[in-house]
Amino acid sequence: MTDRAETSSEAGGLSSWLYDKKKRQILFQIITIAIFLSLVAYFVNNTLNNLEKRNIATGFTFLSHPAGFGVPFSLIEYSEASSYGRAFVVSVLNTLFISFCGIILATVLGFIVGIARLSSNYIIAKIATIYLETMRNIPLLLQILFWHSILLITLPAVRQAMSIGDVVFLTNRGLYVPWPVPEPGFMAIPIALVIGLVAAFVVARWARIRRDATGQQFPTIWAGLGLIFGLPLLAAIATGFPWTWDIPELKGFNFRGGGELIPEFASLLFALTVYTAAFIGEIVRAGIQAVSHGQTEAAGALGLRQGPTMRLVIIPQAMRVIIPPLTSQYLNLTKNSSLATAVGYPEVVHLFTGTVLNQTGQSLECIAMMMAVYFTISLSISAVMNWYNRRVALVER
Amino acid sequence: MSDTTMRDYQSDPLVHTPAPDLPPPATSVGIIGWMRNNLFSSPMNSLLTVLGVVALYYIIPPIVNWAIVDATISGTTREGCDAAGGACWTFIKVRFWLFIYGFYPEGEWWRINITMLLFFGPLLYCLIETTPGKKWVVLFLCIPYWPIGGALLLGGFWGMPFVDTTQWSGFSLTLIIAVTGISFSLPLGILLALGRRSDLPVLRMICIGFIEFIRAVPLISILFMSTVILPLFMPEGVTFDKLMRALIGVTLFSAAYMAETVRGGLQAIPNGQYEAADAMGLTYWQSMRLIVLPQALKIVIPALVSSFIGLFKDTTLVLIIGLVDLVSMIQSSGADIAWAGYAPHGYVFAALLFFVFCFAMSRYSMYLEDKLHTGHKR
Repeated sequence: MTDRAETSSEAGGLSSWLYDKKKRQILFQIITIAIFLSLVAYFVNNTLNNLEKRNIATGFTFLSHPAGFGVPFSLIEYSEASSYGRAFVVSVLNTLFISFCGIILATVLGFIVGIARLSSNYIIAKIATIYLETMRNIPLLLQILFWHSILLITLPAVRQAMSIGDVVFLTNRGLYVPWPVPEPGFMAIPIALVIGLVAAFVVARWARIRRDATGQQFPTIWAGLGLIFGLPLLAAIATGFPWTWDIPELKGFNFRGGGELIPEFASLLFALTVYTAAFIGEIVRAGIQAVSHGQTEAAGALGLRQGPTMRLVIIPQAMRVIIPPLTSQYLNLTKNSSLATAVGYPEVVHLFTGTVLNQTGQSLECIAMMMAVYFTISLSISAVMNWYNRRVALVER
Repeated sequence: MSDTTMRDYQSDPLVHTPAPDLPPPATSVGIIGWMRNNLFSSPMNSLLTVLGVVALYYIIPPIVNWAIVDATISGTTREGCDAAGGACWTFIKVRFWLFIYGFYPEGEWWRINITMLLFFGPLLYCLIETTPGKKWVVLFLCIPYWPIGGALLLGGFWGMPFVDTTQWSGFSLTLIIAVTGISFSLPLGILLALGRRSDLPVLRMICIGFIEFIRAVPLISILFMSTVILPLFMPEGVTFDKLMRALIGVTLFSAAYMAETVRGGLQAIPNGQYEAADAMGLTYWQSMRLIVLPQALKIVIPALVSSFIGLFKDTTLVLIIGLVDLVSMIQSSGADIAWAGYAPHGYVFAALLFFVFCFAMSRYSMYLEDKLHTGHKR
């Protein structure tokens, strides 16, 4: 190879650019860059021309203009007078909210289904298998539309609202529950929650170190739950329950006040959960099966019962296999939350690239911002999961 | 080792004749044994069994009642369905051909049939192991099929009336998008995967950038982009057909995923194979075509089939940019006053249809996995 290359480079001239591997590569890359850049230039040029013709001013100034449309579901204060920028924040928060809820629920359900599928109990294993095969083979969008239409048809109209004690109302516009309105002293509860979380983390760490050193078990989960829920409860009792209830009331055509859960959210969350859980179930099953059978037998020989064997021996090892594909399922769930567009849950794609883009015509900016949101979410989830993966990965000595 | 007892083993062999085996206890064989092993092996298991049976009792009879006992299939209007309260198969029956062929003119349905047959016929031919001449069949599917199929569907010559792509709808549109998406994204994905593993930094960067960009965003945003941004990129007057834009979006999207799958296969090929190909003096494309890709693709066939299934399911998303696929057709039929409220029944029908296709594909991939698995399996 080198001999030939040398002779041809000695020959010089055009033939050296064709026959010398190195030079040929450089030539080829220069051509690639040239084609790529000219394509980009062509697109940019066309875009600028088109924008000029349509009289669309580029830039992000539109974000401060008042939006003028209402949003059916928002985690922060939002009204029609709010700006497009605020609508953007609302939509991002909605995306994060549904993804977060979906990831938690799908993980729980997915682990249950995955373990159930390996159960020695025939009925349980078969139910899990049928569930998996059904959910995996039906498009998610179809499932979302199905549950949404079911909810809209079966739930009563606003006038015939189902109610529990005249404080909780269920209609086809949503579920309305009393919502606490904080009064002075309320801040103690979130602070207690944070303290509880930190304490639970510290206890878990201490318990793990002690177990590694002495082999003694500690009921980490119960202690953690006690700290996370108990401390805020204690804080609430100590401060004398510092909130009042905002009870939903029928005003005009709909209920006002209280906490609201719209059917779009419910159907989307349900469909996302059951769909993704099916995939997570398969991943969990594959991960558990990847742990060699000798491990189960060794745990049995040590005298561990079935539960501790699963919890202390199998799952930690299976995690190494499970985490990478689980990460991509989390990413999928987040990206799939954009299917909300079909039912009208106001998240990034629906609210921002739908409503805002249509109103302002700022297509480039809207699409770019949406892409940026998904990039950020994807990269953050990957980063967190990669960190966790490094922690559980096999340390080869 | 001296034998002192001097026993004559020849004439008096020391043979122990065991008594005949006792039959196994009734509790460990037959249906009872099976139930003891699989359903009631421990108290926890028994509890699970009971819970499972109770759950099935609450799930299965209502479904059967809804789908069969209380279902209506006679008549052509909703009255019967409204009265019976079960599944309204009448809705499906009345709208069946609309769901399948959409707004494609009724007299021209044979063109869709022929187009699909021209694709799936040769495809099935290739899936059978022993058939000869697969190379030529694949070549037909790769190149001449597309202009032929496209021309047949569009028409406008030889007395076939022109059918605009806006009239392509229903399940046939779903199939058209899926088939086109799969056929074009696979080669594109292979090229991207090769580019990502190329020695040329520029090419590698472009491929990585493209793949990671597409994989970080949802398909809807790609479809939105192809409807909103693509017209901006083109010089004035150049417009793409709506279907074409969706096809470009779906193809680019799934190509990025296929590229990652194929890259997995490429990485699994030992370096010795690449080096051996170089040692033989093969050019890059020869070594890829003859040595590396056949091995790499074989490894990833099951993963590729799951990508195909994913793409097939993802075709439903085109309804969001206004194409009328099967799901969209059902949605609008259910909004029609004649059948208002019966959309869920249509969705069940669509779910069954999708299930059949996807399940068949996944079973085929499992079969392939078994067949291609040449290693040792526990």
